[in-house]
Amino acid sequence: MTSLPPTEAHSATAPAARGRSLTKVFGEGDTRVVALDGVDVDFARGHFTAIMGPSGSGKSTLMHCMAGLDSVSSGQAFIGDVELSTLDDKALTVLRRDRVGFVFQAFNLLPTLTAMENITLPMDIAGRKPDRDWLDTVIDTVGLRPRLTHRPSELSGGQQQRVACARALAGRPDIVFADEPTGNLDSRSGADVLHFLRRSVRDMGQTVVMVTHDPTAAGYADRVLFLADGRIVDEMPEPTADRVLERLKALDPDSGGEQPAAPGDDTRAAVR
Amino acid sequence: MWRTTWRNLLAHKLRLAMSGLAIVLGVAFVVGTLIFTDTLSKTFDDLFRSTVADVTVTRAAAFDQGLAGTGAGGTATLVPDDLVDEIAGVDGVAAVAGDITAEGVYILDPDGEVLDTGGAPGIGINWITEEAVSVTTLVEGRAAAGPGEVMIDTGAAEETGYDIGDTVPLLTPGPRVEAELVGTFRFGEEGGLAGASLTAFDTATAQELLTAPGQFTGIGVAADEGVDPGELADRVAAAVGPDYDVRTAAEEADSLASDFSEALQFFNIFLLVFAGIALFVGTFIILNTFSMLVAQRTRELALLRALGASRAQITRSVLGEALAVGVVGSTIGLAAGYGIAAGLRALFGSFGLTLDGSLVFAVDTVLWAYAVGVLVTLVAAYLPARRAAGMPPVAAMRDDVVTAQRGLGRRTAVGILLAAAGAAALVAGTLTGDGGTAASLVGLGALGLILGATALSPVLARPFLRGVGAVLPAVWGTTGRLAQENAVRNPRRTAATASALMIGLALVSAFSVIGASTNASIDRLIAGSVRAEFVVSSAVGQPFSTDVATRISEVDDVETVMPLRWGQAQLDDEVTFLTAVDPSGLDRSVELTWVSGSADGLGDDGLIVDEATADARGWSVGDPVDMRSVDGRQQELVVSGIFESNQVVGSSIVSLDTLGGAGGVAQDRFLFVDLADGAATADVRPQLEEVLGAFPIVDLKDQGEFSDEQKGQVDQLLLLINAMLVLSVLIAALGIVNTLAMSVIERTREIGLLRAVGLGRTQLRRMVRLEAVLISVYGAVLGLVLGTVFGVALSRALADQGITEVVVPWPRMAVFLLVAAVIGVLAAVGPARRAARLRILDAIARA
Repeated sequence: MTSLPPTEAHSATAPAARGRSLTKVFGEGDTRVVALDGVDVDFARGHFTAIMGPSGSGKSTLMHCMAGLDSVSSGQAFIGDVELSTLDDKALTVLRRDRVGFVFQAFNLLPTLTAMENITLPMDIAGRKPDRDWLDTVIDTVGLRPRLTHRPSELSGGQQQRVACARALAGRPDIVFADEPTGNLDSRSGADVLHFLRRSVRDMGQTVVMVTHDPTAAGYADRVLFLADGRIVDEMPEPTADRVLERLKALDPDSGGEQPAAPGDDTRAAVR
Repeated sequence: MWRTTWRNLLAHKLRLAMSGLAIVLGVAFVVGTLIFTDTLSKTFDDLFRSTVADVTVTRAAAFDQGLAGTGAGGTATLVPDDLVDEIAGVDGVAAVAGDITAEGVYILDPDGEVLDTGGAPGIGINWITEEAVSVTTLVEGRAAAGPGEVMIDTGAAEETGYDIGDTVPLLTPGPRVEAELVGTFRFGEEGGLAGASLTAFDTATAQELLTAPGQFTGIGVAADEGVDPGELADRVAAAVGPDYDVRTAAEEADSLASDFSEALQFFNIFLLVFAGIALFVGTFIILNTFSMLVAQRTRELALLRALGASRAQITRSVLGEALAVGVVGSTIGLAAGYGIAAGLRALFGSFGLTLDGSLVFAVDTVLWAYAVGVLVTLVAAYLPARRAAGMPPVAAMRDDVVTAQRGLGRRTAVGILLAAAGAAALVAGTLTGDGGTAASLVGLGALGLILGATALSPVLARPFLRGVGAVLPAVWGTTGRLAQENAVRNPRRTAATASALMIGLALVSAFSVIGASTNASIDRLIAGSVRAEFVVSSAVGQPFSTDVATRISEVDDVETVMPLRWGQAQLDDEVTFLTAVDPSGLDRSVELTWVSGSADGLGDDGLIVDEATADARGWSVGDPVDMRSVDGRQQELVVSGIFESNQVVGSSIVSLDTLGGAGGVAQDRFLFVDLADGAATADVRPQLEEVLGAFPIVDLKDQGEFSDEQKGQVDQLLLLINAMLVLSVLIAALGIVNTLAMSVIERTREIGLLRAVGLGRTQLRRMVRLEAVLISVYGAVLGLVLGTVFGVALSRALADQGITEVVVPWPRMAVFLLVAAVIGVLAAVGPARRAARLRILDAIARA
């Protein structure tokens, strides 16, 4: 199905994904916006990385470029050893399907499919049989077994996001990208989702990259990258919510890091 | 509020254009029909007005024969030449001339083929030298002056390429003749003949060939200057007595024009019915478009409500959009209709029916265009507008915009009621078996069933899409599954989209069943009732000279030649279409199944009728019947036999002698040629063909060929009808495009998600395509089932009219289903491309 080398071929120490001199420019002339400005970044295998930054800092753009959802203006983005700009749309689609997992802020599930069908969707598209044991593990970890035959409209927002997480992990991807996964949830449902992402890294050895503006969410990560004006300005290992909040305030005194600006706004503002 | 309306129109240009297109097509068809028929009427009106003398005298007909020249009447009543002198003596008469006009004169081109008149008659006339009375004008050469000389109209001369001095072969009601072309002439002011050909002889020759020595078909009178035609007509009438009709030019033209417009009316209605179907189908698309626009704008409309807009304002805003679409669509439709009319004129021109002069663009046409276009749009948009107004303001606050799926309960009830009533009418119609009533019952039933099916189709959609749709996941896996789910998601929309196609296909397949049944019936009828080895007839039932029969009967091994003619007479005061045959040859030519009596009495004032006629008129064998010919001649007939209905011979048969000649030269319509026992058909055929070579207006056909010719006419009609219905299928296809395009827009985020998690562009396109195919196949299946039911019911109801067999053309039905699937594939091209081109990020980011 895919010409990409299997996951096992990588050494445990090589990063699951990395970016080199990533630059992304939107628009031209007066409307020119530099969303990413020569970013170098490594996402280590088996780590949970959070990306933070004020609105317009380029955090969503970084994730989109790393995940193969958007192209870079210059620089290179790698998933494993594969450089994304060398892939055509078809190969990129296959890469996303087989080696990357996604969790978006909202609208993660197809309303016409049941929870179970949504979870196995990427594998169904590929025409692959899911790994039963792994699937069971994932489903039990998210705790959705009784809800598998339900349609998204019959699930709560938190449950829907957990289904989305399960889908992201079901195919044992090289890396999972989560874009504000708790942005639309109340704090309790959000905590459920974050716990699950945490466990998937600690217990199941997955690699997760999460864009968030919520310091509490970032506190679940192994490491936090801070972006401002398209550059990585800081990095914090073993973060806690309080320390992240402090750091954010220093970065952008206006926003205070609390601003619940609609996530993804930065990207859209840049695109338009 | 109007500003919002306007903004919305601009924001949804493409989507509205789609529904606008449905209006454009429907209106264009209506307008095209109206313009064309207006033009047709005007052409003939002008023709009639410019081509009659101030006062016309004809023999009073015993009854109205309807439109002369349609071939059904055929018999002209004659006027003796001494009457011409009598009228000449009337005070105020400037000029007077006897004229002769008769059908059955065909000009042969240099290749010996009949000049194609596109079904219009080949007319023979006498050349009238009195210019004041004449309706023709010499263009080139001189007037014909003897038996060996002839003149033809300029159109015919141009088409055949004959020049003055050439020898022109002609078929006349009498013998085939060859004459020298001495002149060409123009008919009326403009020379427009609507396809007919004119051949002029000098009066003596015309009388010999077309009427009888000393006999005219009418007399034209020109008034002295200053004499009122009405007054002159009164004076002439007083002079000639009550046996003659005297009419002024205006009366004559009106009478001709009204006869003609009656015939035209049918054509008009025929075309308008298709326009109506197109508009009806278009209604679904508009309804669908507005439903979707409203659904998409749920939040926006709810916000307006929350901000204090009243229900009425919302309704007006949506209806305002519809109004704008209707007006714009009607305007474009008006222009397109003009194009269609021009196309129709060109089409008719290519068949030889040339219409001169410009197209008639009447005010009525413009009014109709807007009335129809705007009204249909408003009606179709009303329900969505009401729904929009009913939007609770709180919907603005909800994050997930879900199209309210109201229950289908009431709809189901109404649908079942309509369908049941329709089915009842259909069954009643089938069982009645009484021609006209049965057909209208079946028609009503069909309408009920179509409306019922339309109401029920959202209810039926789910089981169908689940059942038959299961093929998709089985074959195409997840892509198929997604397509199936998308089709099921909004059964109303799927059903409304499919309904448009359903109607088109129901009609197409119903006509196919009727056509196949008719053809099978023809085969059976001809195989079962024609005994003669050969049939001789012209292609469209034009009359031909009795010489053909005479010459054929001279061929060795030909046992009998039975001519069959058509005529009209009043039987017991009711105008009846008659078939006249030679009683001695009847038995050898055709096989009739007798209910009672026999054909024995036919020779002596006998009348034989089919069962239906006997029942309708209350006749039984031995009953006397009064017959009154068009010239007033009265005869007492006796019903001598009643036979089972047989389309080959008609319903009321008399002998050739009984029909007689009311005037003019008798002409045959069919000849049944029976060979001597033991004669080898293959040997005789070449001899017959040789004889007929001199009469290219007729063909020799054996039973199979005769069958094929009759079936060919059915097929041609079917083709015409289907060509018209293609319009509605086209509109239905547009509807599918529209629905898919909107679905793609509605599901932008879903598509983005699918692409993000790994659905390839090819798979995405396939998903949209499969959904389209599923919808169109659903519509097709509904349509084919309904159409088959209609077709079978109508065929049964028309059993009396000779449709004895009921045949469902399954292979053709399968082709229709396939075509529907292809329509789905084609309709999906644009929307699928659009879906595949969506940029993932944009799609995901869209709120």
